[in-house]
Amino acid sequence: MEFIYYFGEVFTPLSFMLLLGGTIGGLILGATPGLSPTMAVALLIPFTFQLEAAQGLILLGAAYTSTVAGGAVSAILLKIPGAPANIATTLDGHTMAKQGQGARALQLSFLASAVGGIFGVLLLIFLTPVLAKWALAFGPSHLFWLAILGVTVIGTLDSASVVKGLLSGCIGLWLATIGFDDIMGAQRFIFHPALGGGINIIAALIGLFAIPQVLTMFAKGRQTDGAEVIEVQRHSILAAFRELFSRTRALSIGTLTGSIIGLIPGVGGQIAGLVAYDQTKKFSSEKEKFGTGHSEGVIAAESANNAMVGPSLVPLLTLSIPGSPTAAVLLGGLLIHGIFPGSDLFDNHPDVAWTFINSMLIGQVLMCIFGLYVAGLAARVAQVPQSVMAAIVLALSVFGAYSVQGSMGDVYVMACLGIGMFFLERFGFSAAPLVLGLILGPIAEANFIQGGMIADATVGKASYFMTGGLNLFLIAVVLASIAYSVWMELRHRRYTTKEEAQA
Amino acid sequence: MKRMIAGAALALMSLTGAAVAEEYPERPLMMMVSYGAGGATDFQARIVTMTAGNEDALGMPIAIINKPGAGGRVGWNWFATQADPDGYTLAAYNVPHFIAQSIKGGVEYSTDSFEPIANWGADPAVFVVGADSEFNSMEDVVAFAKENPGKLTVSGAGLFVGHHIAALQIDKAAGTKMAYIPTKGGGAAAMKAVIAGEVMGGINNLSDAFRAQEAGNVKILGVADLERNAFLPDVPTMMEQGLDVDNSSVNFRGVMVPKGTPPEVIEKLAATVPEMFANSRVAKKMEAGGSPMHIMIRDEVIEMWAQRQQTLNELLAGL
Repeated sequence: MEFIYYFGEVFTPLSFMLLLGGTIGGLILGATPGLSPTMAVALLIPFTFQLEAAQGLILLGAAYTSTVAGGAVSAILLKIPGAPANIATTLDGHTMAKQGQGARALQLSFLASAVGGIFGVLLLIFLTPVLAKWALAFGPSHLFWLAILGVTVIGTLDSASVVKGLLSGCIGLWLATIGFDDIMGAQRFIFHPALGGGINIIAALIGLFAIPQVLTMFAKGRQTDGAEVIEVQRHSILAAFRELFSRTRALSIGTLTGSIIGLIPGVGGQIAGLVAYDQTKKFSSEKEKFGTGHSEGVIAAESANNAMVGPSLVPLLTLSIPGSPTAAVLLGGLLIHGIFPGSDLFDNHPDVAWTFINSMLIGQVLMCIFGLYVAGLAARVAQVPQSVMAAIVLALSVFGAYSVQGSMGDVYVMACLGIGMFFLERFGFSAAPLVLGLILGPIAEANFIQGGMIADATVGKASYFMTGGLNLFLIAVVLASIAYSVWMELRHRRYTTKEEAQA
Repeated sequence: MKRMIAGAALALMSLTGAAVAEEYPERPLMMMVSYGAGGATDFQARIVTMTAGNEDALGMPIAIINKPGAGGRVGWNWFATQADPDGYTLAAYNVPHFIAQSIKGGVEYSTDSFEPIANWGADPAVFVVGADSEFNSMEDVVAFAKENPGKLTVSGAGLFVGHHIAALQIDKAAGTKMAYIPTKGGGAAAMKAVIAGEVMGGINNLSDAFRAQEAGNVKILGVADLERNAFLPDVPTMMEQGLDVDNSSVNFRGVMVPKGTPPEVIEKLAATVPEMFANSRVAKKMEAGGSPMHIMIRDEVIEMWAQRQQTLNELLAGL
């Protein structure tokens, strides 16, 4: 209960101003395509040079929590996921926005974010020592199986058929091999120097999601004005509250999945949203509604990606190991003030540690309030005529891809992937499984190679990958997931043939 | 009017040649870091350049841009082939990384592609084991490795980086064969493997290992450098423990410009930049972050690069 003692620190005038500024700034940065949470935090580091350690961290912590949530704004309204965390949000969120329910989608996403986020930070406060052991339990063999578990999700994720889902997942896995292989340094499929570092995931996200949509809008051509304008429904915050808490299944699955997956170093943040979305879909009684603007999808995805924020800091704060790129940037923010995360942080600088954690808790609430405030206004974006919208989304896409690392190469990558995806979508393929392949490929590969090398030196590959409680558990989950997909596909086929027979 | 413009243009042209050194720099500079934001190189680069805007330094700020990927290859390839040699584009170098990569091939740079300006830091590689490991000295490690050839797993940040070089040198000196496990995700991932007990030992940066030891997670058994380090006065060097390992694996970080940068600009930078590194505010921040500083002027760096080139050529020849 030590943390309560330090709540006062958060409410000193300067600290609170920083918290407010970090939250609002974070929302704006998060909503800007191409600015991922990692970059937003890195951009703010120089400002913390002049501040006290605790105040600097308040700014960074607030920015981290609100950029993750802010990413939902562009994901819902423009179908540009700001970071991998927001991919799953586009699936139902953007469809809702197109139906004029943008306000509802945004309200639900911010409320779900706050619930997930607060749960995640509470885990960080109360269970840090236990969680730290958990984070270390995942070695290369377990991360490999976890990535394979992600691959089994590919088939059922947002596609017309399992086969097409798997095919686009394979394209993603192939794209992931491009570039210098990080472990061996071998060159693969590098046709142009811009591809040397591989396909940048943010540039790929923008290309795969936003560009096909821009092309579709242009392809429709100039239509008679007015016919296309969507009526944006107003939606009261109270109703959003009620809806959120009537969808307890989505909310709890999202929050728990996000917290557990967020804990695992190196994997968490990127796939928390997608895994939570998929699990919610599997347990839902209204499976067929997912992907057509179903609120459960938005709630699961957004509660998961904010729930991950707190646990993702556990390895950093307790073991001094940054588990994610964003945590690495935060580590820099601590080091510059001469504070070493680990026991030093909690024993000798409890004021810094707890003020930082408390500010993330308050930050979640502030983020939610401001988010709800702008939701109604922002949803009017849907009223912009399509021809204008296409131009704006295109400009934002180019800007976003370029700003990732100031390189035109990323813009070309974005454009090529986008045009390719436009044609793939014509044939019923979808971008989400492709991106999942792109994210999971390197995780599976690197951990397999690394685990294989350890295994060869010690117990041999078979026993390294196939024995041990956690390995067996993960393998069992993988098998269950495959069996479920096959069963669903078969059942689905029987139904369709019956219907066809009746017709 | 036309004549006036022509005259002005002529005057400007004649100015640019002679006045480059005096006027330079007249706009902000950019420094490319070939690792991601938050990494040790990026973190230190931001600290050592923070006083660039002072009157007694360059008088113009230096902006850091990150071009990460493929262990630094992406950024250095870009710097060797596409950066303008006008003195406004600087880059951070990591030795032995870029030299070892150029020897192994597949990249478009070598020591001849760049002109060093000054060195700011030296982060030696150290041998770490988990806090509860049975190994208490390098002697124990070598004894185990000799009895169990190929069985001692040792993590490091990747192939052909300082950590790998140190592992190769230890093997060569002790006549052992350790199983070097490169990790993806840099030194942090390699350190996690040691703490979690996935590997029996690891080679890591002194700065990161120092932090992990402070947190009670690891024991540091030896430093791969010529002398003991101020951060770890109690940890003996490899040499002291009877292993002939010199400072070839020390991760030197500094500033360079592309080949073809005007000599007067290089001269100006080589004179000012080491002074900038020596600023007391910089030293304080570096010390607080546990980052060892080691300032070297241009001539010393040129010599150091040449030495590394030679040692690495020999060491990597057999691989």
